[in-house]
Amino acid sequence: MPPAGVSGQEEAAGPEEVGGQGMKTLLIRDLRLAMRAGGGFGLGLAFFFLLAVLVPLGVGPEGGVLARIAPGILWVGALLSCLLSLDRLFALDHEDGSLDLLATAPIPLEAVVVAKALAHWLVTGLPLTLVAPILALFLNLPQAGYVWLVVSLLLGTPALSVIGAFGAALTVGLRRGGLLLSLLVLPLYVPTLIFGAEVIRRGSEAMALATPLALLAAISLGAVALLPFAAAAAIRVNLR
Amino acid sequence: MQLVLNNLAVARGGVTVLQGLTLSLSPGRALILRGPNGSGKTTLLRTLAGLQPPAAGSYDLPADSVAYAAHVDGLKSTLTVAENLRFWAEIYGGPGMDLALQSLDLEALAHRRAGELSAGQKRRLGLARLLVTGRPVWLLDEPTVSLDVASVALFAGVVRQHLADGGLAMIATHVDLGLPEAEVLDLEPHRARLIARDGFDEAFA
Repeated sequence: MPPAGVSGQEEAAGPEEVGGQGMKTLLIRDLRLAMRAGGGFGLGLAFFFLLAVLVPLGVGPEGGVLARIAPGILWVGALLSCLLSLDRLFALDHEDGSLDLLATAPIPLEAVVVAKALAHWLVTGLPLTLVAPILALFLNLPQAGYVWLVVSLLLGTPALSVIGAFGAALTVGLRRGGLLLSLLVLPLYVPTLIFGAEVIRRGSEAMALATPLALLAAISLGAVALLPFAAAAAIRVNLR
Repeated sequence: MQLVLNNLAVARGGVTVLQGLTLSLSPGRALILRGPNGSGKTTLLRTLAGLQPPAAGSYDLPADSVAYAAHVDGLKSTLTVAENLRFWAEIYGGPGMDLALQSLDLEALAHRRAGELSAGQKRRLGLARLLVTGRPVWLLDEPTVSLDVASVALFAGVVRQHLADGGLAMIATHVDLGLPEAEVLDLEPHRARLIARDGFDEAFA
């Protein structure tokens, strides 16, 4: 922990206006970086697409099998493609020194985490949600499941980005931290995976789905509310 | 506004590297830190920047006064010079970047991507960031690495202007910046010793 006088300065500096402005600036920078060459935009999307194309080829045309496993495949695909770009979340900023400079700038580290997780979601989670209905066609998802596919991804993918940001914060500064990051983060994704796929499964069979839907939303909201603080604390320790 | 160190000790990786630092630096003054590699110059600057806690003692800095410049410049190679600088200007809510571009002779490069700059030009961009922070206390870690003679002189001019405007600076460097008015602090006497130099005799006395 920084000494009181120093940690106090961030809060003193950060009337909401400065903090909010800083978050917006950082968000725009991260989106711009993602769109530029080598930024990695579309990488997760292409992986998601390939998975949805390859699984039917591997499973074969047996009637009913694909439709049954479609919710699980789509959610596993979403998890893995989110994971692809996570190790860059703080590692790039750490390598080029901007993380040190951001930590000394008048923007709270918690706000840095939120802005970067939001940028990650806008670049991976949101596009995944939007293309998922098209890919669900390949997987022969029953008609009634499409709406719930979009709803469950929309509710669940923010948790993937925020939990991922926490994992990335824990492993920032580690050489070859990417593998460790997957080992840390994938188990934390399990509840989101279970309830997310369950929403689609129940939706496509026209069953009651209020419970898994509420739990999925609760996980996302809890993660968004709590994990930025944990992630910021982890970054502070790792920067020492 | 003053920078005051009070019997400060700083540690790197859990090992105390510098101890017993007591000094105060008032506005308009610059302090050059000198010491061999590994003597703790970077650790001291990181501690004062708030990136790590002091090992012992304390320091006193007005809130929101520090701009820190590390070994690496924190540049994004796919953004242009102007975009890089504008980002930090907006984060700090400081003055505009025109003066910063002008002071470090970067105007002609404003629309080049940072990845295409030479090492010295990147360094100048990293130093231009200090000017858009609008912060009075500059903590600079080897600011002149990969700068040529003319750029060092340019940078010395920037520091002198900053001091004249009532700022203060602490600079770790090995080269002569051409700032004769700056105080020099040799860190050698403050280095923490791990092994007592006078042997182990007293253990057997």
